[in-house]
Amino acid sequence: MLNRKFIPILVTIGLFAVMLAAGSFRYTGFFSLQVVFNLLIDNAFLLVVAVGMTFVIISGGIDLSVGSMIALTTMISASLIQEHGMPPIVVIPIVLVIGCAFGWAMGAIIHYFKVQPFIVTLAGMFLARGLCYIISLNTITINNSTYTAIAQTKVTLPGGSFISINVIIALIVVLLAIFVAHYTRFGRNVYALGGSEQSALLMGLPVARTKIGVYVVSGFCSSLAGVIYTFYMLSGYGLHAVGVELDAIASVVIGGTLLTGGVGYIAGSFFGVMIYGVIQTIISFQGTLSSWWTKIVIGLLLFVFILLQRVLSARRSTVKS
Amino acid sequence: MINMIDRQPILQMSGIYKSFPGVRALKGVDFRLFAGEVHALMGENGAGKSTLIKTLTGVYSVDEGKVLLDGKAIRPQSPQDAQEVGISTVYQEVNLCPNLTVAENIYIGREPRRFGIIQWKEMNKNASALLSERLSLHIDVSLPLQSYSVAIQQLIAIARALSISAKVLILDEPTSSLDRNEVQQLFAIMRKLKNEGLAILFVTHFLDQVYEISDRITILRNGEFVGESLADNLPRIELVSRMIGKELNLLEEMPKSQHEEHAESDDIWVEASNLGRTGAIEPFNLVIRRGEVVGLAGLLGSGRTEIARLFFGADRADQGKLKFAKSSEAIRSPRDAISQGIGFCPENRKIEGIIDDLSVRENIILALQATRGWFRTINRKRQDEIAEQYIGTLNINPPNPEHLVKNLSGGNQQKVILARWLLMQPELLILDEPTRGIDVGAKAEIQKLVMSLSKRGTSVLFISSELEEVLRVSGRIAVLRDRRLVKEIEGQDISPHHVMQAIAGG
Amino acid sequence: MNRIMKHHLFWPLTMLGALLLFNLFHSPDFFSIKMQGGHLYGNMIDILNFGAPLILVAVGMTLVIATKGIDLSVGSIVAIAGAMSCMTISKGEDQNSLSLVLMAVGLALVLSLVLGLWNGLLVTGAGIQPIIATLILMVAGRGIAQLITDGQIITLSSPKYAYIGTGSLATLPFSIFIVAVVFAAASLLTRKSALGLFIESVGTNPQASRLAGIRSNIVIVAVYMFCGLCAGIAGLLLSSNVSSADGNNAGLWYELDAILAVVIGGTSLNGGRFYLSGTLVGALMIQTLSTTIYSVGIAPEITLVVKAFVVLAVCLIQSESFRKAVIRRWKTRHYPGEKEVTRHA
Repeated sequence: MLNRKFIPILVTIGLFAVMLAAGSFRYTGFFSLQVVFNLLIDNAFLLVVAVGMTFVIISGGIDLSVGSMIALTTMISASLIQEHGMPPIVVIPIVLVIGCAFGWAMGAIIHYFKVQPFIVTLAGMFLARGLCYIISLNTITINNSTYTAIAQTKVTLPGGSFISINVIIALIVVLLAIFVAHYTRFGRNVYALGGSEQSALLMGLPVARTKIGVYVVSGFCSSLAGVIYTFYMLSGYGLHAVGVELDAIASVVIGGTLLTGGVGYIAGSFFGVMIYGVIQTIISFQGTLSSWWTKIVIGLLLFVFILLQRVLSARRSTVKS
Repeated sequence: MINMIDRQPILQMSGIYKSFPGVRALKGVDFRLFAGEVHALMGENGAGKSTLIKTLTGVYSVDEGKVLLDGKAIRPQSPQDAQEVGISTVYQEVNLCPNLTVAENIYIGREPRRFGIIQWKEMNKNASALLSERLSLHIDVSLPLQSYSVAIQQLIAIARALSISAKVLILDEPTSSLDRNEVQQLFAIMRKLKNEGLAILFVTHFLDQVYEISDRITILRNGEFVGESLADNLPRIELVSRMIGKELNLLEEMPKSQHEEHAESDDIWVEASNLGRTGAIEPFNLVIRRGEVVGLAGLLGSGRTEIARLFFGADRADQGKLKFAKSSEAIRSPRDAISQGIGFCPENRKIEGIIDDLSVRENIILALQATRGWFRTINRKRQDEIAEQYIGTLNINPPNPEHLVKNLSGGNQQKVILARWLLMQPELLILDEPTRGIDVGAKAEIQKLVMSLSKRGTSVLFISSELEEVLRVSGRIAVLRDRRLVKEIEGQDISPHHVMQAIAGG
Repeated sequence: MNRIMKHHLFWPLTMLGALLLFNLFHSPDFFSIKMQGGHLYGNMIDILNFGAPLILVAVGMTLVIATKGIDLSVGSIVAIAGAMSCMTISKGEDQNSLSLVLMAVGLALVLSLVLGLWNGLLVTGAGIQPIIATLILMVAGRGIAQLITDGQIITLSSPKYAYIGTGSLATLPFSIFIVAVVFAAASLLTRKSALGLFIESVGTNPQASRLAGIRSNIVIVAVYMFCGLCAGIAGLLLSSNVSSADGNNAGLWYELDAILAVVIGGTSLNGGRFYLSGTLVGALMIQTLSTTIYSVGIAPEITLVVKAFVVLAVCLIQSESFRKAVIRRWKTRHYPGEKEVTRHA
């Protein structure tokens, strides 16, 4: 018997395969390893954000601040490097720590003052965007040699195709996250928290630490995504990554994670991001289709997945009662 | 049998006091529990059972009193603390995570790890072994908990407790959502664990189950210790009378139903035939005549509220039907019931009755307005008149129609809900524990009100934990036991002894 | 004094007053209103005029939030309504024909109602949490808006359409009248019919409302439709203001500003009692904040930082745990379990 909890993620993987196959069938030059790698190259930052978002959503929360956090990270990095002449080796840890601290503060308010995550991270989103403009209203271009070197490095793989450093970072994050989610106590506590906070408390799990920790992870991931984004864009700007929080949430949901918490997989989010990328690629290959179709298709997929989850959970509760 | 004299109880609670703002929940309660015994804790609503259990499991702190476990004083500050010293609880609502696997639910927080890495194989192996050896349960432990029935989930909760090496296992109404076979499965396991030397504290509302499984019974009433006795030495009827708080001889002197005063009509208003809902109440037949007060008597959890909810359409019946004398429409929702002329004051007024944020006036007119729709509004002047009128007749305090209902005392909130339904001039008014938490004067007022309603031709379905009250107001009493309607007692036959015997059964 | 402080408008009005006072000291001519060519000009008029779309969206959002819901899709509906009306007009032969403009407005508003209905059905029919249900349209909506305009920014030359957002009536901007009408309609609908009572009842205690015989599904669907309609009107105002439709940027962040206005106005995100007048003040405060920052000469983008702190402050004040936290400091011992259990009891 097929375990029902795997249905959403199997649907996701199947969808990805079908889309890839359909694209290859329809467009010449679509099916190459490089196209798949380009998906990774263009969406490396989204992948990292989605990983953090997956933890948050599994725990039963939501984080709207991730897009702004990326922008803030690009801005701080650019400012410290260009205007204060600090070396990247110092700057990158600084921005990562800032990301964690930001996440910690939001998590603490959510947990201790019982304010809805939605509203706290909304404030965080405003704050991070606003702080970007306090640093500068304009784009700061980065011409630091380390950054440009990382941005331009192509890691050639056997077979002639290549990936970027960003992809390597993102894949490491994904693998690490899968490990954390399934093989550490923190990871399992996140699932428990999303399943039932009340039960988690009565079972003696460290609810406060886990809940706040989830937002720290998300803060860390979004600032790391910001670092990747800086490599990708080689600039800091307050309008970078607008709306990425929605892309991330959509990818996570399409990846089979339950928006109400408790159920989901990091690997699912990986395929969610890939589906997102494939849609964009197909639309660009099609030529006649315009980019806004991405949003409509994503909205449609969101609808289908949310409905699918709703049906599955409804059936589950009738089985129980 | 077991020799009592040279045995020390594993758990001894003595002189336990616990107060909450405005309530003294426990007044010097004693309780002891022996290893290798199932001990039933009995009491009606407000007796202090759940407070006692919560002080034991560290959810509440004790104001005064001593708790000895194995002769050592303990003072658990949290459920985890209690677990660590060996006291584990399994609740009616399974307090596990439905999304995690069975094995995880048993071991979460204590997973076997190597270098910080969770060893899933080892964990699954341990869980399988634990379940099959101690609970004779052979299931796939790598599936999520939610793929199993509530009965199995409860056993898994017990397994979790055992794996933390429990000395005392508290089962808080574990059988409420189980069917007969599942209960037997649970009892078999309880007997096995008991024979292995575990001390089990068992809370249930089902009398049959108490006598089937328990060795010893402790009775609480109104936060006080009433008595402890071996189950074999305590006749059912005595247990019931001590729970309800009337000695048998005193009961005989209680006032009889005052219902003979007015003419009985044979005019059937509604008839429930074979009405039932799986897991809530077994199919029953009940007739309610015009102007009649029908009392529902039975212990807490015996199915009283469930009957009321079926009549009102708050829960959907899955078999049988309600037949109204005047129309043939079925009741599918509270709206249907209201249009048939039924009103319902629910037992849990905070959750199902009052709308906290609204004023007394708004709460009173709510149901009437709901039947009138959006646009046929009741003008403000009329609303004020209505509110003033009911504040006056029901003596609602403070007498301010604009006071927010959440700031009223429980008794006054109850009166507001009563006013809401009286305003509808219902043909059948269902009152589920209308006098709970209300002072004596107000109780008498409500009882008087029920009588006068009945005189005016309104039928009343009256539910109360206080037998005295049910006896006083009802013209007919339907007695419930263990979710079954077991007996109907009418007119001259209504006597405390009769009712009590029917409640006790056996 | 205590009674004044407890009034729901006390805090919003105080904040608004403080802002205005600051402006008075910073630039004394902030309040001056000039008459020029039959129109009134001045900062105060601007605040009302530019604040009009936000007030509209926030009024709809107030009712949704009162039912314990939330509507994240209003920004998208703003864009769709603008796109729909501009598209209809741009397809016409005579862009300035009254019947064409009326048809465009009608089409846009009907579409907004349908989108509201969609949200309402997802919430009631499919039983999806409001925040998730409306997220779908939030994501897809901008795509739909661009689909309608074919990805172009449509520019119109239709004075009649432009009148909606830029025209003036009796020396005042026409948009102020639109807001006044919608606001009055919402107030009348909720206070003179029983709808307001039902909304508050359903939002406070859905279970008890059902037992009192209220048809909560119909109430909830109606509220989402009204919210969609409000957002649609706001979309017309915004697109008419600039005589163009931009599917990508029209109404961006409106959902967040509207929620902020509602929360500042004293309506709790947990549903129940709602205050349309509070929302009005809240929306005006947000607009005044933008105007102030602009007139002080700070970059308008920095408004976001101020908003962030306002959101936090308001939510913390509304949070019971936060208020209790201050008291709890003096308690020597506490039982974490006790807190939890009473919360869940």
